[in-house]
Amino acid sequence: MKKSAISVLLSFVGIALVLGLWAAISSIVSPDLPSPFKTWEDSRLYILQPWEKRGEMDQGIGLMTAYSLFRVAKGFALAVLIGTPLGFLLGSSTMFFRMFDPTIQILRPISPLAWLPLGLILFRQSEPAALFTIALCSMWPTVVNTMQGVRAIPQDYHNVAKVLRLSPWRKFTKILLPATLPYMFSGYRLSLGIAWLVIVAAEMLTGTPGVGGFLWQEYNSLIYSHILLCILTIGIVGFILDRLMGFAETRLRAA
Amino acid sequence: MSFLKLHNIAKSFGQRSILHNINLSLAEGEFVSIVGASASGKTTLVKIASGLTEPDRGAVTVGGQPVRGFLLEAGMVFQNYSLLPWLSALENVRLAVEPAFSQWTPKQHTEQAMKYLEMVGLRNAALKTPGELSGGMRQRVSIARAFAAEPRMLFLDEPFGALDALTRATLQQELAQLCRAAGRPVTALMITNSVEEAILLSDRIHALGRGPGATLSPSFDVHLPRPRSAGLLLHDAEAVSLRHRLVEFLAAGALAPALIQEVA
Repeated sequence: MKKSAISVLLSFVGIALVLGLWAAISSIVSPDLPSPFKTWEDSRLYILQPWEKRGEMDQGIGLMTAYSLFRVAKGFALAVLIGTPLGFLLGSSTMFFRMFDPTIQILRPISPLAWLPLGLILFRQSEPAALFTIALCSMWPTVVNTMQGVRAIPQDYHNVAKVLRLSPWRKFTKILLPATLPYMFSGYRLSLGIAWLVIVAAEMLTGTPGVGGFLWQEYNSLIYSHILLCILTIGIVGFILDRLMGFAETRLRAA
Repeated sequence: MSFLKLHNIAKSFGQRSILHNINLSLAEGEFVSIVGASASGKTTLVKIASGLTEPDRGAVTVGGQPVRGFLLEAGMVFQNYSLLPWLSALENVRLAVEPAFSQWTPKQHTEQAMKYLEMVGLRNAALKTPGELSGGMRQRVSIARAFAAEPRMLFLDEPFGALDALTRATLQQELAQLCRAAGRPVTALMITNSVEEAILLSDRIHALGRGPGATLSPSFDVHLPRPRSAGLLLHDAEAVSLRHRLVEFLAAGALAPALIQEVA
């Protein structure tokens, strides 16, 4: 109990130090950077009335975050729905692995900024283009982790399936799926992290309402303190998402 | 009339020859053990005999027909139990019952699984997962799983190798009891590193020489009456002489020192 109290205290000390550094930079190095206090002053309307809608690009931070989260949820769901079966196929078939692994290794490092224009060409609308980008960028950890999970299944379990004469479907539901589940969830956690990274870029480029879109528009309107508001929001939401997935992951490993 | 037959089996892994010129035949209802030191290729032998692994040369036949894939109506008990940790003891056993009796109702599957868990004394642990069970209990579940499918042929790959001596002795007796109580001939092939265990359970024993290129000894018949107790093994003149002959054979083949120590 005492130890955890100290670690909470220390984390606040850390935050205070970073705020101090921020204040110092804004007052000494770059006067264009709003100080923490100015950021709060300019942003309080958005924070204290988070669900207020004053215009298409002038909404409370809660609404903006909700738009982004909803978009991420859709893109992430797409990534999971495509990535998981793909990972299973790659993990269970050597032929399939040899056929597609090089392609995947090439597609994996491509930045969302590169995918987005392609999405716009394909779908001619910003929303599906954003989902396409999120799904395509965040899919790979799910694919790779699921694949590794399937490969890590001990030969003994495969032998058990042979000895018990399990049907392919029974083998999948009773052996492959449960054995791979912890790996899959590690993949999902990483994928969600990437999806949240990608959302900002996608919204910036498409100019859709959301934290990323808001950030870009406020940069263009020269309201720099709102950029900092968006950055902090993105960080905090990303942190919460990761913690939630981490919680689900530990529950799964314990079970 | 032989039931399971191995003809001139040979197996290598890369350059290393594991088994060489293995011939073995089991009559229906016979319990045969193969005794050998660790790393002598015993596990490979049982995997080939059961159809889990293909031999490089030679063939396995059942009733004269060549075997493809894991034997029909056969069960296997693995040294490391190989239970699925996310399923309860009952579900683990049930998983073997379902494909074996596919025409049954789910209720009958559960009853059959429960019946065999009861036979190994695990009625009260049926809903526990393997992680909550001791090593001995896990192997009991694994034995129940093998018997619950009511196989005609049973493969036992060092079934008690990972257990302490006391648990081992109890489980050996339980296994003998299950074979007697089956009400039908159960043909069994057991792999073990313990000469005593082999004498306690078998009708016949072969020793497997030490690899590379291990071959089988001639058969040692065990004529002791059943049920056999551990005491019988210590005092019965035939049991003592049989044990000596087996150990001498194993020693003469310049075999594992560990094995000789264990028996002495």
